[in-house]
Amino acid sequence: MNHNTASYERYSRQVLLKEFGEAGQQKLLQAKVLMIGAGGLGCAALPYLAAAGIGNIGIIDDDVVSLHNLHRQVLFSVHDIGLSKAERAAAVLQKLNPDIIIEAFNERLAVANALALLKKYDVIIDGTDNFSSRYMINDACVLLNKPLVYGAVSKFEGQLAVFNFSINEGAASVNYRDLFPQPPAPGEIPNCAESGVLGVLPGIIGSMQANETIKLLSGIGSPLVNRLLIYNALNNQVFELELAAQTGTRNLIPAGAEAFEQTDYDWLCSVANNSFEISADKFNELRIENKPLIIDVRDDGEMPVVNEFDHIRIPLGSIPDKLPGTGNDTIIVFCQSGKRSLQAANLLSEKFGAAKKIFSLAGGILQWKYENNFKNERT
Amino acid sequence: MRAKISLFGQLTDIAGNNIIVVDDVADTDALAQAVNKLYPAMAGIKYIIAIDKKPVHTNTALNEAVNIALLPPFSGG
Repeated sequence: MNHNTASYERYSRQVLLKEFGEAGQQKLLQAKVLMIGAGGLGCAALPYLAAAGIGNIGIIDDDVVSLHNLHRQVLFSVHDIGLSKAERAAAVLQKLNPDIIIEAFNERLAVANALALLKKYDVIIDGTDNFSSRYMINDACVLLNKPLVYGAVSKFEGQLAVFNFSINEGAASVNYRDLFPQPPAPGEIPNCAESGVLGVLPGIIGSMQANETIKLLSGIGSPLVNRLLIYNALNNQVFELELAAQTGTRNLIPAGAEAFEQTDYDWLCSVANNSFEISADKFNELRIENKPLIIDVRDDGEMPVVNEFDHIRIPLGSIPDKLPGTGNDTIIVFCQSGKRSLQAANLLSEKFGAAKKIFSLAGGILQWKYENNFKNERT
Repeated sequence: MRAKISLFGQLTDIAGNNIIVVDDVADTDALAQAVNKLYPAMAGIKYIIAIDKKPVHTNTALNEAVNIALLPPFSGG
């Protein structure tokens, strides 16, 4: 440790803890931690991380401070409204502890920059506010083998866990997808802007994230590994789940860096899981806007003949083997009634993962012809 | 069997309570069906079922006195 008087005094009360001691302090000073999101969770976790002497803290957030943030994002003041959260948080924290390195990234974490950024840090803390970021961060941490301190809140309840970390070397670690394998569909789960959140709740959960991070880095206590803690601020009840690695979870995560960078997490979270089906109207819209590859998966010679739009025919039995190479990032399959095309969509999804957007025309070509002809007659 | 179920997140809002009771459910598939029938708004929500504090991902038989919880994911931060 830097034994200058100020530094010694700054950390003296935690160095005094015999479980933590000077060795624990040294570990924190040498550690690099990335806080993703300088919102309610970040504003709670960050001051304790900076104060405890984490040697290098990165803060990434592309958002700016709004008045409606201030009831829970307590690092900011009314003077910060309209300014970068990451930069304002870094400035406040640097005053709290000038002896550590704090780096602000006023940008959005995305598949293009996530791996390069996360790679530089020892522990990643998820303080984001949306599912596409959460699944992306989880998958990046699995690929990079980085411990992830997860926290999330809704109304009066918070969830907390340490993912991707094994207490016993060689043991399978648990990640977010072992708990919730696939993202929910849009609108399924309301966010804070929709359902509200008690301001002090992210303060509690964010502080717990800082605590888990400090435990992981210093080696004290029992971090929430293979456990999910759920805290209810209304009745102070704490519920814990025991988590285990699930077979098949790894297949949901991109195989490597290249596949990760091609994954469209916003899209993954914008459609219901395995809900490939689109209506005749949506089909028409996508046909014009996305210029998709359209495939008729019926057998040769099946009626009715389709000559209203360009398409190719590959019978279901030949999907996906006979699929030609295609630059289209959208593929729509159809059949007579929508049943075979749904099977085809599943097969294509297994082949392409999230690299392509796959859709199946609900109700098949019969329904499409009926709706289009019906509408034509009416207009 | 009669199942006493703890609810979390917005499932609590839908049911108007954080504990519900469902009758005649032999396994977790039957449980989900019964819950979704009682509270149709829950059918559209991706929650996990935990038995004795462990998430179950396949249909699992329910015995007497098991602790059942339904948990949705949270996104807020």
